Amino acid sequence: MTELSATARRAVEAAADAGASDAEAYAAREGGREVRVHGGEIESLTAATQAGIGVRAWIGQRVGYAYGTDLSEAGVTAIAARAAEAAGAADEDPFAAPPQPAGFESLAGLSDPSLAEWETDRVAELALTVERTALESDPRLVGVETAVYADADEQVAIVSSTGVAGEYESSSCYAYLQALAEGEGARETGLGFGLARGPRGLDPEAIGAEGAERALAMIGAGKPQSRSCPVVLDETVAASFAGLIGGGLSAKAVQRGRSPFAGRLEEEVASSAFALFDDGRDPEGPASAPFDAEGMPRRRTALIEGGRLRSYLYDTYTANREGGTSTGSAARQGYRSLPSVSPSNLMVAPGSLSLEELLGEAGDGVLVTDVAGLHSGVNPVTGVFSVGASGRVIRGGQLAEPVREFTIAGELVGMLSAVSAAGAEARWVPFGGSVSTPPLLVAEMAISGS
Amino acid sequence: MSELIDTAVAERVLARALANGGRFAEVFAERRRGQTLAIDEQRIESVQSGAEEGAGVRVVDGNTTYFAHVDGLDPADLERAADEAAAALRSERRDPRPLQAREVAPLPIEHRPEDVATARKAEMLRELDERARAKGAEIAQFTASYAEARREVAVANSEGLFSGDDRTRVRIGAQAVASREGSVETGAETLGAHRGFELLEDDPGQIAEQAAAKALTLLDAVPAPSGSMPVVVGGGFGGVLFHEMTGHGLEADHIQKGASVYIGKLGEQVAEPLLNAYDDGRLPGEWGSDAIDDEGRPTQKTQVIEDGRLTSYLYDHLTADRDRVESTGNGRRESFRHLPIPRMTNTYIAPGDATPEAMIAEVPRGFYAVSFGGGQVDPATGDFVFGVSEGYLIEGGKVTRPCRGATLIGNCLDALAAIDAVGDDFFMKTGICGKGGQKVPVGTGQGHVRVRAMTVGGTER
Repeated sequence: MTELSATARRAVEAAADAGASDAEAYAAREGGREVRVHGGEIESLTAATQAGIGVRAWIGQRVGYAYGTDLSEAGVTAIAARAAEAAGAADEDPFAAPPQPAGFESLAGLSDPSLAEWETDRVAELALTVERTALESDPRLVGVETAVYADADEQVAIVSSTGVAGEYESSSCYAYLQALAEGEGARETGLGFGLARGPRGLDPEAIGAEGAERALAMIGAGKPQSRSCPVVLDETVAASFAGLIGGGLSAKAVQRGRSPFAGRLEEEVASSAFALFDDGRDPEGPASAPFDAEGMPRRRTALIEGGRLRSYLYDTYTANREGGTSTGSAARQGYRSLPSVSPSNLMVAPGSLSLEELLGEAGDGVLVTDVAGLHSGVNPVTGVFSVGASGRVIRGGQLAEPVREFTIAGELVGMLSAVSAAGAEARWVPFGGSVSTPPLLVAEMAISGS
Repeated sequence: MSELIDTAVAERVLARALANGGRFAEVFAERRRGQTLAIDEQRIESVQSGAEEGAGVRVVDGNTTYFAHVDGLDPADLERAADEAAAALRSERRDPRPLQAREVAPLPIEHRPEDVATARKAEMLRELDERARAKGAEIAQFTASYAEARREVAVANSEGLFSGDDRTRVRIGAQAVASREGSVETGAETLGAHRGFELLEDDPGQIAEQAAAKALTLLDAVPAPSGSMPVVVGGGFGGVLFHEMTGHGLEADHIQKGASVYIGKLGEQVAEPLLNAYDDGRLPGEWGSDAIDDEGRPTQKTQVIEDGRLTSYLYDHLTADRDRVESTGNGRRESFRHLPIPRMTNTYIAPGDATPEAMIAEVPRGFYAVSFGGGQVDPATGDFVFGVSEGYLIEGGKVTRPCRGATLIGNCLDALAAIDAVGDDFFMKTGICGKGGQKVPVGTGQGHVRVRAMTVGGTER
């Protein structure tokens, strides 16, 4: 047993001493670094270490939570006592019960040794290469607002009074840049990014080139005409929407009547071209782990398939409410948060068309390459949305002039029902959570511009 | 501040931070504690409390910042952070100046929230729930949350600055869901301040009624219109318009990196002469106020627009150095785990002399955005977007039907120049602003403001 598991076990025992009938402790330790570069120089270099523990305590059917960074014996005892005290302030909930151990299989490949092997100078060079590639791509590429490399190595341990016990380690890294292009009297920005388990999995030239291409493509952008037309969502935009859909498929939102998917199990909610899975064990998935935030096994769950709604996402509490089992969908933002239902890796099934073929199918429409204002422009209860967008006009099946300062609007289920094709190549995108998706063709969508 | 680090330890940590050179070093120590609870389905749940402490040390050499943060405030933890920050430097050791402690009075807190029993906070949430549900049977769901947070901070730097602050914030939020014959709408409201529990001793239940009223109003809503039209923006959180449209573009890091549409506009007329705007980190009790910023500089009131002319950018220590000006006290960070960057505090358009009624009466056909769910801007291009949480049509100079699903979209410089009326009904609201992965509390404010033309993106077919 590692030191982290031993600390978690001490916390569980301390909670019992403080009056909890059951307890669970989630301990995490993380080391990470971040390099930001600007103008060929390192702007900042960060070295980070942190460790903490979160304790969930039950007193009968009341639940409380406490967390902290003091992992000394006295510190852990105090955190456990605060958790028990918090439980005393909660109301009884007939479905509140500690998760029972369900076993899990270990998952290989979560850590990449290159993370530890690459010295700081080498990952700094990676970030500088991202920036340099963009700057050297075109004279109209006038700057890079920021280019970043960041990584983290995390250890997680979970222990409960009911016998849940597990630990794993995983590594992750990413690099991105925001490139600035200038032309026709205006500045344009373009994002390029890459994700991997370790720095050897990143391609800095490809990241820099993507940011440059996206910024350059926007030069001279005007407003499109308001109309309804076919729309192609690129992977980044499709991922943002997949994240919204994943949120609506949380059983918590559904049970509390706060989801456009409530009461629609086995109903038609999408066209057959759109299929969505949650897969907490995909080897490539940034959110993959052997077990979820309350120690239940991660697995693959079909959410929308054949156009029908197949399942919601459950943690132990929401499963208890329906007499079912958890889908391994408890998630936390580290030890500071109570577990709650959330997708792990959302995966939109690829179709068979290349991007060119998708554009050809669209004929005359718009390719949307960026959306803004998702946190305020979407009603998560009704699924009605209106968000800011930018992209390219599609004319005669070919990409034409860039457009920006318009909105795309609709309602989530209506949009899914209008998906007429999915691209053949899926990509991992860090928007909307952790999502793998191809570009999607939506047969008709409302665009509001000039 | 002496409670978090004593002078001798701080001096030793700064000396170690400069052991391999550097022109500037700083240690930021913090103890943060908080409690949150919620009511959902008429049940008190998610009762939780947290306690964290740690420190961040940075060393600046040339244009590069070396930063390390650790959990814990033992001298050994602080020294470890200093050694890690200094590890990549290869120059001659430098000596920090002796520290000169500067006591700054924190904002006054009358009634410490941690001294209030959790049961009383739970009772308040129950009252919110009852008040919302009393608005009618169409209120199908109601949730409310309570959050208190205390941040004790101390900051010491190699220029001899040594200061500290003790900040307590309290905030409640209410969200109502109304339904009628298959149509479902939501309404939300918040109340927060850099104050203690006294904030909630007046009538916290009114935010529940306001949230419920918004949701009920939307049941009668029609889809929002699309197209360019005059827009009247409501007071308070309507100020997020200025926050996104102008405030972010004035943050000096965006300016210095060529990523703002306000570059080279200092001293220029960017708005009608009726517009005056400020960033003020000293407003008593306001959500975005602190006694000092997170680099130890006393917060201040900065006029950013005077009679329509752009008068100042917003600076932290490093960006001010680069422009050879004084910091405006806008160096803020989410926690000891983050580097300070230029951030807004409380940003607002000063009251004008128009009345909301008069400015609406002059609009033959337009849109009335009472409040927003939030907004977003790309400071480099100036493109912005706002989600309207409560909006109405203006027809024949009168506010008529409520609209759902409206988004406002536009470009900063055009929209700022198009403000043609500022109301006299000024008030402030709370917001949480995200930038560079860091969230900080900010205040936004204004009276009603009218924009001559703006694009409304609705769902109307």
